[in-house]
Amino acid sequence: MKKIILLLTLLALITVPALAKKGNKIIVAGSTTVLPIAQATAEVFMDDNPEINISVRGGGSSVGIASVMAGTSDIGSASRHAKTKELATAREKGINIYENIIANDGIAVIINPENNIDNLTMEQLKDVFTGKIQNWKEIGGSNRPIVVVSRDVSSGTYEVFNKLVLKGSRNKTDALMLASNNTVSTIVSNTPGAIGYVGLGYITDKVKALKINNVEPSKKTVQSNEYQISRTLNMYTKGKPKGLVKQYIDFILSPEGQKIVEEQGFISAK
Amino acid sequence: MNKFKESSFKILTYTASLFTIILLFGIIGSLFYGGLPIFKIVSIKDFLFNTDWHPTSDPPDFGILSLIIGSFLVTVGALIISIPLGLGSAIYISEIASARMREILKPIIELLAGIPSIVYGLFGVAFLSPFLIKIFNIPNGLNLFSASVILGIMVVPIISSMSEDALSTVPKNLREASLALGANKWETIMRVVLPAARSGVLTSIILGFGRAVGETMVVLMVAGGAAQIPKGIFQPIRPMPAAIAAEMGETVIGSQHFHALFGIAIVLFLITIITNLLTEFVFQSKREIK
Repeated sequence: MKKIILLLTLLALITVPALAKKGNKIIVAGSTTVLPIAQATAEVFMDDNPEINISVRGGGSSVGIASVMAGTSDIGSASRHAKTKELATAREKGINIYENIIANDGIAVIINPENNIDNLTMEQLKDVFTGKIQNWKEIGGSNRPIVVVSRDVSSGTYEVFNKLVLKGSRNKTDALMLASNNTVSTIVSNTPGAIGYVGLGYITDKVKALKINNVEPSKKTVQSNEYQISRTLNMYTKGKPKGLVKQYIDFILSPEGQKIVEEQGFISAK
Repeated sequence: MNKFKESSFKILTYTASLFTIILLFGIIGSLFYGGLPIFKIVSIKDFLFNTDWHPTSDPPDFGILSLIIGSFLVTVGALIISIPLGLGSAIYISEIASARMREILKPIIELLAGIPSIVYGLFGVAFLSPFLIKIFNIPNGLNLFSASVILGIMVVPIISSMSEDALSTVPKNLREASLALGANKWETIMRVVLPAARSGVLTSIILGFGRAVGETMVVLMVAGGAAQIPKGIFQPIRPMPAAIAAEMGETVIGSQHFHALFGIAIVLFLITIITNLLTEFVFQSKREIK
């Protein structure tokens, strides 16, 4: 009996790597924002197709795009578009990197419902968060100091907001830094002078979502790219996806895959 | 056989205590293993005395002075609230209250110690913060003051029950002698009983300090989280435990930020070690007096 078990184990040890070598492996590397989507979809995809093995790695958007060009990964994920410089490098190497938009990401700016402001421009929003505008009356509101509520520095939402709105500038130093979308929402709802931001899925009826540059934040305006505090999440491939990679990306774009995308707190691609 | 039982029991308890010590040193070791690499990137001086904490900026700033000051201020604030409340109730329970009153009051105050800190935090976010905004007419309710109030309430049972123990161990004949000399109850408590119990009372305050400085959930939820040196008591702060708790979950293991958070943990650990040694020391001096 023991011998049989030993034999079977040895057999398994030999055959498993051999099977894997057959090329049923997809490597996804890149953006940590896309990571939860890649992981969740890969799990379901592998359950449906047990012969395919997907390995998901982080590293950041730049790493993702660079690794596709270098051929060390099959899919490079990025929470931004490829830069002109990266496209130029790709052209030099004779590689065509192909962008597959797999999801949208949007952030709503919220204020207390007592506040009569309805709309801010991107410029005003930046000035509020960096402390250049200190009082609501400076932008047409009542005479009340602005309480800036931000997400904590390590949150993905903070990262996006910082990039798209603050353009790399820092929050004013006395901005509240809170740990979750829900806490931001609660504090904004019970602090009359507060302004904060949350993922689009976290808007409640106890807070008021602002229009930005006169565009209301919604699934539709994010998908159409009219709403400015949004971005697409992309998966880059070498040329148009084909074979296993195409199968996997098609799965993410299928209704089932897009449902997973929304479960992870993002907005579907289309 | 009996002898065997006895020796095996001895070995068992010995192993248990040894294991606890090994665990402790394991934790200390991993703390320093994780934290020391940060000092290759920033000097100890810059780490401790620089006020800019922007760990995820590019380039990052790893200065924790504003976090240390935040921790210090919120702890002092908590003690300002909890010492009068804790000591006052200890004196009342031990010296003034009737036996029946004591039976009722003591467990009720100790009940405060059993409330989970997340409940205190929720209370702060949902009730205390909007309440403070209304009564003080301030823009923001998550600040040094609100965190101090809640931490203070959490520390009350520690100070109260330990001081009460200390007060009640003061020998009865001291009180009787004082009263016989014509001192009234107030004078007896302030001039005789309290001085006699001072090391126990001091120990309770130091332990309260240790509890407040390390408390995480409340400061994470209620202190506001702004890494700055506050310009007033209604300004948000970011105490050390809050910074670690808020940021650790999202950092890449082995990154500079990760090591910096362990660096904060070392500072916090040293502060609590010193507090504990201080308690030992105070206890020691108490024995010498006797």
